[in-house]
This record gives sequence, structure tokens and C-alpha cells, in this order.
Amino acid sequence: MTGALTDRTAASGDTRARPPFRPPVIEAIVWFGLSVVALALLWWAIWFFDGTLNTSGWGLALGRVAEVAVAVLALAVPINGGRGLVAARRSAALARGGDLSSARVAADDFRQAVWYVVGFGLTALVVAFLFWFFGSNDGKVREVLFNWQFPLGHMSDLFRGFWINVKIFTVAEVIVLVWGLLVAVVRLIPGRAGAPLRWLAVAYTDLFRGIPALLVIYLVVFGFPLAKVPLFTSLGRDAQLFWLAVLALSLTYGAYVAEVYRAGLDSIHWSQTAAARSLGLSQAQTLRHVVVPQAVRRIVPPLLNDFIGLQKDTALVSVVGVLDIVNRATILKGQDFNLTYLTGAALVFLVFTIPLTRLTDYLIRRDQARMRAN
Amino acid sequence: MSSFLEIESVHKSFGTNEVLSGVDLHVNEHQVVCLIGASGSGKSTLLRCINGLEPIDGGEIRLDDERVSGRGVDVNWLRQEVGIVFQSFNLFPHMTVLQNVTLAPVKVLGRPKAEARERAMTLLAQIGLADKATEYPDRLSGGQQQRVAIVRALAMGPRLLLLDEITSALDPELVAEVLNIVRGLAEEGMTMLLATHEMGFAREVSTKVCFLDCGVVAEEGPPEQIFSEPTHPRTQSFLRRIIEADRL
Repeated sequence: MTGALTDRTAASGDTRARPPFRPPVIEAIVWFGLSVVALALLWWAIWFFDGTLNTSGWGLALGRVAEVAVAVLALAVPINGGRGLVAARRSAALARGGDLSSARVAADDFRQAVWYVVGFGLTALVVAFLFWFFGSNDGKVREVLFNWQFPLGHMSDLFRGFWINVKIFTVAEVIVLVWGLLVAVVRLIPGRAGAPLRWLAVAYTDLFRGIPALLVIYLVVFGFPLAKVPLFTSLGRDAQLFWLAVLALSLTYGAYVAEVYRAGLDSIHWSQTAAARSLGLSQAQTLRHVVVPQAVRRIVPPLLNDFIGLQKDTALVSVVGVLDIVNRATILKGQDFNLTYLTGAALVFLVFTIPLTRLTDYLIRRDQARMRAN
Repeated sequence: MSSFLEIESVHKSFGTNEVLSGVDLHVNEHQVVCLIGASGSGKSTLLRCINGLEPIDGGEIRLDDERVSGRGVDVNWLRQEVGIVFQSFNLFPHMTVLQNVTLAPVKVLGRPKAEARERAMTLLAQIGLADKATEYPDRLSGGQQQRVAIVRALAMGPRLLLLDEITSALDPELVAEVLNIVRGLAEEGMTMLLATHEMGFAREVSTKVCFLDCGVVAEEGPPEQIFSEPTHPRTQSFLRRIIEADRL
């Protein structure tokens, strides 16, 4: 008894034959071959790299240990390829013996092994490329970009420069946090009376999100003193440079952060506002106690993203003569014709940005754990 | 004698869609009035208009002889007098249960924090949730969240409580714990206007039932009459569908 709702033949006809089981032996041979090729490429790259090592003593020993360790770890690729091959052959034997269910399990073992070959194998290829890259041109890459003697001799100078970067982004971040929220809230002002204010806020964000930060820095930091803009002319030269740099970066990042805030405020469901208003809270109280606190929690990751961008973009102020870490590294590079100064500057930035991202991840997790069950 | 809450030919449209087309409804003090009707018949909209969450397009609403609709009404004052509980609880997820309940008394009524907290704890104890005071809403069951939402509204000491399908979002086994609180409030004499799909409960607790259809009150009367001998054909067909679904 079949009704129209449950009629299967109407959906597919009578052609739904199940394909017979086929053990994946050929695939397994191919994958095993690929895993061996990946290993061979990596081992060749390591051997090539080793030939360019021109150090001795501890440096050489350390390098060799690393090479051997990577070479041994890479054996995992063909080992998994072999596991897949064994599983596929087992599957074939079981299928011949008529135990199809176990044959399917063995075939699945093969597929699992293939995933390991893919994951480990691709990693091995990337590592092989890195070994080749850092060994290419007889190790010239390492000498030009990673010769740590150069920056290590000028650490105090570089850190004095970085201290300026830190001051600029710290002050700018505080300003941007407040300014961005203000712009975002202005965009939410309702009614016709608020229209001009809303337009101003929209014009500001469109303008400063659309102009490269570098141009804003040039225009503000060079332009304001030339035009003798009041307020800034009374400052000393260094202070003026510093505050104008802060202003330029705040203007640019204020526009980004305002958009982040706006997305956060928009993401709070209107029912939250309704609930707050229904309790007698005013529009401002609702924003202050209900909407903004929830929005801020949600936008911490994108906000931090913009802050990392801001921290990195403090490097741009080097073009207008601020003696930040990038400027100092560039000067030293010019003296010694070695780019490791800039690599060193890059590392200093990393030391700051990576812990910050980790910290935010931790804060987000903690907040979620506190507010959500499970 | 005029009623406590008087709704006179209230109109409300969203764009071209007229949701309320002349609703008349009176609620006396200590009455429990149930609004029944199909989804989209305007029950929720009517409640939101009374609370001032939606402005009305025509007609008038009066509370204790004072006009509370239209221009110049202090909605923040009105909402202290008229509390509302929503279908989806709408607790503030970033605040603990206690903070949810004390926010408005502290910020709107200017109560000292300690006093507000004490009153909130008394209320929470009465609904058996004192031990959850420091939990965040997401850790509570739906029924517990809705009980907290009721307490949050009660903490403002409203004279009229609006309940907007407060059990519709709950799993069936959690409905009773919420309805028991409403029952208790009715016994204490709280004036309530509730939109509901719980016909059995409406029949038991209400002094008056109003059947809302196509934006007007099509029929109203005591629960026995509406549920046993409805006169309006629309009411009859609505209740027949409810009985078919085994919900009455």
C-alpha cells in the first residue's frame, strides 16, 4: 500500500541499482607513490640547504639537528601512504572472501590514511619550499635578511624608536575607541531632525575609509604645520609631530572602528531595546546599559583586528620624519647595506601583536563560558 | 464609571497593512482579560501599543482616565505603570538574573542598589529562583527565564501587567511553572491583559475573554460563554480549529 506521498518509483524510476563494492587498490598505489615523491622532494631540499650552511661550531650543529629532525618527521608521509596501501589490500582480500562489511571498514581505513598523506604531505612540500628558499643563491637570502649581528648591535636605538610607535598607537587607540563609538551612535540618531548629523557621520566614514592612511598622514602631518593650523602651532616640533601623527591615524582608524561599532550595535536584536524601553529606561539609558555593552562584547575580535592594523600602520609615520623603529631601521640599513634591521623591526612588531591576539581569544572564550551554558 | 484601562477605536498600520482597525476594549482594576485569536490578528500589536512601544495611528488609550497614547505622553512614566512580558523573554544576556531585575528600579526609579537588590531577592525567592540570582540567563531553562522576566517586570511595581504569549516559546513541560505564577498574580488581584494560545488556562483564570479577529474585537464575554456558546461565526470556526488540534 503506497500513497502518492511515499511513492519512491515516481521519484527515481527503477534505476536505483547500488554500485558494487570495489576495493581501492589502485588509488592506494597512487597515493603511496605521491607520499614517496613528497618525502623525496623534502629530503632533496634539506640536502640542498645543508650545502649552503657556511657556519661552523654550534650554529652548524644546531642547523644539522634541525635538518635531521625534520627529515625524520617527514617519514610520517610515506608511512601513512603505506598504511593506506596495506588497508586497501586487506580490503581486497576481505572482499574476495565475501566479507563485504569488513572490506568496507578496511576501505575506510585507507581513506583515513589518505587524509594523513594529504595533510602531512602538503605540509612537507611547504617546508621543502622554505628550505630551498633559504638555501637559494648560496644562502644569500639568510645573509641579507636574517643576519642578526646587525640589529643586535643597535637594540637600544631600535627600542627607543619602537617606544614612539607604542606611544602613538596607545594614545590613538584610546582616542579611536571613544571617537568611533561617538560616530557610530550619531549614525543611529533617529528622525528627520537628526538627519544632518547622520549625513555628517556617513560623510566622515566614507571619506576616511576611502583615503589611504599614508595620504592622510602626509596631508595632516605636513599640511597642518605648513598651513599653520591653530592649536598645533603652539607645540614644540617633536610634540607637534607626535600629536599630528596621532591625529592622522585616529582619523583613519576612527572611520574603520565606527563601522565596526555600527555593525555591533546593529547586531543587537531590537527585542533587547524593546525590553529595556518597556521597563521605562530612556533611549540613552538603553544604549548605555543594554545595547552598547552587548555590542562591545561582540565586536572585540574585529576591533582588535583594527587595532593590530593601527599598530602596524604606525610604521607609516616614518615617512614624515618621526624617528620610529622603522625610520631608525631604514637609516641603519642604509649605513650597513643589510636588511636584517628591518626584519628585526618586523619581529619587534610581532612580539607585540601576537600576544595581543592570543589575549583577545582568551577573553572571548572566558566571556562566552561565563554567559553560555556548556 | 470609567474603566481602569480604556481602549477606544484604536487603529494601527504597518505600511499598507492595517493590523488594528478600531479596537475597543475595557479592563477594570483586578480583572484578568485574555486576548485570543489567530496569529496575525493583532494581539501582540495591541499590547505593544498600550505600553507605548508602538505609536497608534488613530483612536485613544486611557489609563486611569489619563490619555496615554498620542503626542506629549511621557512614555517612560507610562512604562513604569504598565509592565510587559514578551514571548521570547528578552532577558539581558550580559547581566545576571539579579542585575536583570534591579536594572530598571535603580536606573529609572532611582532606588538605592541595596534596597533594589533586597526587593529583587524577595521576588526571586517567591518564584523559587533565589539560588539562580547570580547566574546568567543562558544558563537557565526557558521556563526559568520567563519567570525571571515576569519578576523583572514586577520589580517596577506596575499597576497593569501585559503578557504577550509568554508560554508560546516554551517546551510543553515548562509551561505550567510559568502559568502558576500568573495564576498566583491573579489571586493577588494584579490587573492583567494577556494574549495567549493556552485556551484551558484562559478559561480558568480570566474574568473576560476577547476574541480578536481582523484587527477588531469580534466577540467578548465571560470565559464560559466564549468557550461554550460563542455567537460570532468567526469565533466558532476559530475554536473549532483549536479543538481539532486537540488544544482545548
